[in-house]
Formats: sequence, C-alpha cells, structure tokens
Amino acid sequence: MALTREQLAQRVAQELKDGYYVNLGIGIPTLVANYVPEGIEVMLQSENGLLGMGAFPTEEEIDADLINAGKQTVTMSKGASLFDSAESFAMIRGGHVDLTVLGAFEVDVQGNIASYMIPGKLIKGMGGAMDLVAGADNIIVTMTHASKHGVSKLLSQCTLPLTGKGCIKKVLTDLAFIEIKAGKFHLLERAPGVSVEQIIELTEGELVVPDVVPEMSFA
Amino acid sequence: MAGFDKVVTTYEQAMAGLTDNMTVLAGGFGLCGIPEGLIAQIKKMQTKGLTVVSNNCGVDDFGLGLLLPDRQIKKIIASYVGENAEFERQMMSGELDVELTPQGTLAEKMRAGGAGIPAFFTATGYGTPVAEGKEERQFNGKNYILEEAITGEFAIVKAWKADRYGNLVYRHTARNFNPMAATAGKITVAEVEEIVEPGELDPNEIHTPGIYVNRVIKGNFEKRIEQRTVRQK
Repeated sequence: MALTREQLAQRVAQELKDGYYVNLGIGIPTLVANYVPEGIEVMLQSENGLLGMGAFPTEEEIDADLINAGKQTVTMSKGASLFDSAESFAMIRGGHVDLTVLGAFEVDVQGNIASYMIPGKLIKGMGGAMDLVAGADNIIVTMTHASKHGVSKLLSQCTLPLTGKGCIKKVLTDLAFIEIKAGKFHLLERAPGVSVEQIIELTEGELVVPDVVPEMSFA
Repeated sequence: MAGFDKVVTTYEQAMAGLTDNMTVLAGGFGLCGIPEGLIAQIKKMQTKGLTVVSNNCGVDDFGLGLLLPDRQIKKIIASYVGENAEFERQMMSGELDVELTPQGTLAEKMRAGGAGIPAFFTATGYGTPVAEGKEERQFNGKNYILEEAITGEFAIVKAWKADRYGNLVYRHTARNFNPMAATAGKITVAEVEEIVEPGELDPNEIHTPGIYVNRVIKGNFEKRIEQRTVRQK
C-alpha cells in the first residue's frame, strides 16, 4: 500500500534528531510537526521571520501579526525569536538549518529539483524554495512517486524549470525512500506492502536496487 | 516638520512627490505587515507605470492588489504571486511585467541596495531560469550567480511603533521585508500603529534607526488574515 500523507510525515519525522533546527515546506512537510518523536526537541523555522514556530492558535490567541510561511496564523514556542527576511535567509543560505523538508513536481538522478512552475499552467513563483534548496545540506523531498496517470516523477532528467541544480540527496515518496548519489537513484526502503517491481516500474531514472530492500516501519 | 521630526498628518503629505514610472519598494509578507493606508493613497493618486518591489502583490481586493484594476503597476518584482485572479490575468496577457525573484535574494537585493552594495553572489537560483543572463562564478568549488541590488524612489513600510524621529519597532512576523525596504528607498515612508515621543522607545530595541526614515504617519489598520487557522482547545 502506498503511504498516506500522514505516513509520509511520520517517516520524515523519524529523520529528526534532538536539537535540530528544521524548515518545513507547505503541504505534507507541515504535517511532520505532528510526529516529532518523544524525548527529542526540534525548533521549527518559518522563513517569513520566526524561529520557534508553535501550534496553530486557539480562536482567542489569533494574532494577525503572527503567521507562518504559508500565511497561516500560528503561535510561538518557548524560546522563539523573531527577525526580518534578510536575517531569515541568512540562516537558510548560510547553512544553519539542520533539515529542510519540501515538496516537488519532479526530481532527477543528478539531484535536480523542479517544484515551482509549470509553464503556461502554474506560475505562482518560487517563494523561498530556491534559497532553501541552495542553502541546505540536508534536504528531504516529499512527493508522490508518480502522477495520477502513472507518469514517473523520478526522472533521468527534469522536464520542468528547475528550482535547484544538483542539490537533492534524499526523496521520500508514497512508495519508497530513495537516495541520490553518483547520478543514480538508490532504493533504501519501500512502503509496507509495496513490491520492488512496482517501484522499478514507476521510476523512470536509473534505479539501483540492493538485494534486500527493507520495508518502512511505523511504530 | 522641524529638525528630526518626521511626522506628517495627512496621506497626501506622506506620499507627496510620487509620480508616474517611479519604483516603489513595499514591505509586507502576504497581507501581514503591509502599509495599508499608503497603498490606498497610491490608488487615490492614480499614479501609473509603477515598478513595485514586494514579496507578494496582495489579493484581489486588498493590499497591493488594489493597484491592479486601474493598471497602476507596470512591473512587479516578487517571489510569490498566487491567490490573485486579476494579477494572473494581467500577467498571462502580458499587460503586467513580472520578474520572479527568490525570496531570500529579494530580501538581500533590498538590504544590499540600502547598504550601498551594488551586487552580490549567491548560490540561490544557479542552474535555474533565475540565472539566465547573469554572471556566474565559482568560489571554493561551488557555483554562484551575480544578483544586483535594488533601490527605489520610494519605500513604503509598516511598523508597530515609531517615535517622532522615525525610529521604528516592528511586531512579530509583521517585520518581514519592512526593515530592508526602509533602507532602500530614497524617500521612505513609515505607516505605524502608534507614534511616541523621542526617548520613549528603548534604544536597545529599535529595529530601524530613524536615519532611514523620511516620513511617519499614524494609520488605522484592518490587518486582514489570509489563512485563518485554529486548533481546538
């Protein structure tokens, strides 16, 4: 069975380490905050200018001056700090964020990522995504393995305009956890009940499959 | 006004000197921390041919989106322009020139502009459409592109508190692009929630020193929320 959005978030959360500063993109990445393992502390960075993003506010706590990068109302956690956009991207570009999680339309074997534009169709802009992929060392891309029509999103070469070149090393899809190195995809784990053959079938770029591919486990 | 007193009392005074074809830098992220009254004044003045530099362009009926129906904006430099139907229509038809710029690069372009730095190298955008036509260079084996600074004839910003000398304090994430925009305008106008006397703001806590600010006006803010998201108690 392909992973649900919640399971994708859960699997990403397993990569969190105590003391990590983490930037979570909009969509599935945001859900990761709900699955921080017990006993570890992470601090969430929101690129509009907040380090230490808390839960959504209650009706009484809503404050129009306090939003996240998705423009949603949020709260601050204990020990939070506020800063301007130049400072925020200094943190990001300067490599101070320990883990970045974001979505994509396509990823290829060279570690290229396309996530912000479909020419003629979707032209909303890259927001902070180009800065995030250029500045972070540790990035996990979350996305579905293939389109609804079965077209692979793990390619030998991205077809859409790039968000970043050669910057992605880890991809978690609804079917597999994949590492990118030396111009190839490497299969690390598969979703429970998903066969290696299914993954090969839906991976257009070259995929290296080890003899044993463990299933992901969810506590 | 006398000496360092930057306070003006009317929006006409606040935006005096703005004419067609000028470049206006605007603070704000989405609808958070935007100079609502100054934008309304630009709409009232019907200034045309503007180049607007702002992270976003508001929504259809609020924020910088208000300047779209009368075609006041010729060009916009922004990082994200979704959630705005009229904007999309003008962009697709070619009536509006849009220069999509990564968010961090946009912030740094304004910061550099205000700090007298003409350009800087950044890895952001290397190998993407953003890099087209820009100088590339390697430092320590990594690829960078040259991005040029931005300044404008006007900067319009929103702050929480100001003193009469134009020292500004922002609140929460309404700070966003405002401090950088404030430094990069030839004439910087701050619309604020509260004006106090010099000496009342703690000098340790001033975000934008008054040297960058030319005019201060007290505004009344709607503070519209784009994505009202709550949790149950």
